[in-house]
Amino acid sequence: MSEISLQIDGRNVVAGKGMTVLGAAQSAGIFIPTLCNHEKLKPFGGCRLCMVEAEAGGRTSLVSACKYPVQQDLVVRTRSGQIDNIRKVLTEQLLAFAPDSEVLMELAQEYKADKNRFAKEPSFCILCGLCVRYCAEVKQRHGVGFIDRGASREIGFIPEIAASECWDCKECFPLCPTSALQAAFVLVKSLTPSSPSPS
Amino acid sequence: MSEAILHRIDRPKGRRVNPAERKELADMLAALLAYGSTGEMRRERLIEYLHVIQDARGHLPIALLAALAEALKISQAEVYEVASFYHHFDVVEECPASVTVRICTTGACALAGGATLAAKLQNLLGADVRVVEAPCIGRCEKAPAALIGGEALGLATPERVSQALADTLSPPESKATPILLDAYAAQGGYQLLRECGEGKHDSDTIIATLEQSGLRGLGGAGFPTGRKWRIVRSQTAPRLMAVNIDEGEPGTFKDRHYLEREPHRFLEGMLIAAWAVGIEAVYIYLRDEYAECRRILTAALAELAGQHILSHALPRIELRRGAGAYVCGEESAMIESIEGKRGMPRLRPPYVAEVGLFDRPTLVQNCETLFWVPALLKDGGASFINQGRHGRKGLRSFSVSGRVRQPGVKLAPAGITLRELIDEYCGGMAEGHELYAYLPGGASGGILPASLADVPLDFDTLQPYGCFIGSAAVIVLSQQDSARDTAQRMMTFFAEESCGQCTPCRVGTHQAARLMAARHWDEPLLRDLAQAMTGASICGLGQAAPNVLLCVLKYFPDEVGASDPGTDVAGRSVSASGATATA
Repeated sequence: MSEISLQIDGRNVVAGKGMTVLGAAQSAGIFIPTLCNHEKLKPFGGCRLCMVEAEAGGRTSLVSACKYPVQQDLVVRTRSGQIDNIRKVLTEQLLAFAPDSEVLMELAQEYKADKNRFAKEPSFCILCGLCVRYCAEVKQRHGVGFIDRGASREIGFIPEIAASECWDCKECFPLCPTSALQAAFVLVKSLTPSSPSPS
Repeated sequence: MSEAILHRIDRPKGRRVNPAERKELADMLAALLAYGSTGEMRRERLIEYLHVIQDARGHLPIALLAALAEALKISQAEVYEVASFYHHFDVVEECPASVTVRICTTGACALAGGATLAAKLQNLLGADVRVVEAPCIGRCEKAPAALIGGEALGLATPERVSQALADTLSPPESKATPILLDAYAAQGGYQLLRECGEGKHDSDTIIATLEQSGLRGLGGAGFPTGRKWRIVRSQTAPRLMAVNIDEGEPGTFKDRHYLEREPHRFLEGMLIAAWAVGIEAVYIYLRDEYAECRRILTAALAELAGQHILSHALPRIELRRGAGAYVCGEESAMIESIEGKRGMPRLRPPYVAEVGLFDRPTLVQNCETLFWVPALLKDGGASFINQGRHGRKGLRSFSVSGRVRQPGVKLAPAGITLRELIDEYCGGMAEGHELYAYLPGGASGGILPASLADVPLDFDTLQPYGCFIGSAAVIVLSQQDSARDTAQRMMTFFAEESCGQCTPCRVGTHQAARLMAARHWDEPLLRDLAQAMTGASICGLGQAAPNVLLCVLKYFPDEVGASDPGTDVAGRSVSASGATATA
């Protein structure tokens, strides 16, 4: 059986084997928010905005839709009091880092998030990893990577690679949901006097 | 390892490597590569190579990281990402100091003045010694504890640390006296394993006996061991095994306790598991803080390989060294680390029993779980089945630390209460200390007041109280301590140990630690954070991190000025010590 039927928000949805809940929802026109998912990249499951309730075999659990595989007769709920509250808090947490991000402002409106709830720490980066993963998985250049861990985690360009590879590429720029990437790149550029100038 | 995992990059990228750097790296790695392998470098052993450089140079110079990336044919970004993830690697151009002293400031060591000791040492010792406040190093029965250039020192004082520093040039004699192979074999050790190899037992019966014994995973999750073996055995070969001796849960030191005494008993349990499940290769992941256990295990494995006491061929066994990361105690993060990557927990499904190490079905077991296997199989599980209290069955190794007279590993009946454990096994409370609170399961298992000291301690008994037993690390607090300070310190620990992959844990632990430093806690905000952490974090670290916070709100509201006194209150307010953060 290559087709799987499941229920999302009360609607019957048919999906292909191996699809994720997010993929199935998107193909049925059902919206689930996400900041770190990209069709060309492997599921990352980092932002956690796509958490949904999944019920199978009488058991309900919270799962990330971007990674969780569809299964026959799965019942998915994309909104609930708990899910909305989790998305509200996650949005508030990310707004502390990127207060002016348009995507986050839209989420804030939907989930009634207060952008001033947490002390501001503007790094303009929410660590969705789209740039890092795109550079590694699609371009296979590894010009930008994750450094450190926990609250100290950040993205960083490898200056020598950035100098030789990035000016002609820049494909990761439009992926960034907060425009932080460009700032980081410009910073590295300024620290690398030997790199070629933009034409 | 499949080709897909390796990113082959043909043209040189990033920092140029000069011949001198190339040679320096080759010379450093020569001994490691010559030992028991084909001499070829493997991507999965990246962390082992980083250890060699760190040990030799005291830090990781960028030039050598570039040379390592070149030798492994991977990107410099990948090497840098991994190196910067682990606490025990210093990615800096200059050697930070000739020796690093790590002072534990969590759990019992915090109660015993670990932070004050660290500050004193920082002033006392010159710039040539680096003093670092470290998370639990698994020496909680001798708090405060220190690691001096990787070697453990219990009951640390400024004088004792200075003395130990003077001696670091010569490697310390092993203080532990483990039972060696001959002595273990003379007691009947390895007999069962030998019989397995000779076909005198069948694996179905062995697994059935384990199931009857009720043995559950003693790393903390409590999954039934026999059932796990059955599940992994039903998967397609080749199957692998990973032994978790990361033992990073603050307050836990039982695995070290057993390894220092009977390494072969653990190894026999491990090899019986490998035989019963049909395992091709075993990876032992040992935390870097346990240098002495590393020597003991290395020697025991050499004994085993050198003396042909077994008739059947053993699986390949690799001993891997952690690099200072609590999150690597999470099974999928440990697997990532064994593969030479950052310790990032994987998203499930698939589960590691189906797709684990190197994408193979993997049996993951804690050290102590395997330690009990030989004895349980010999007596048909009776030594566990016939034990237990208050309706519970089995034995538990409690790592008891804090304000008791005799801290240490206490093998006691499952279901024993804290009061019984302290009175019968620990010689009572320490002089001048009265029971105030306790953490039944390390940093992640929550915190309970003295009024709940008569609850049976076992898997599944503490959930109604917002706690769990986990690895049975019991930290005992007295009237001199504050639940609030302890909880805040534990949250700071989680913030420092979060891998940073998912938002609720990375940001939530960080924000919670900061909010918990305030005199009056912002309860609605902390509860919201807790809900997001519990509900949306990828792994157990973020999911369990709020337990201490929620327990303080529930049982110790007086300490944090919270509005609702809750139902089970310790019954007294705490002095000004609860008002300021110490971590």
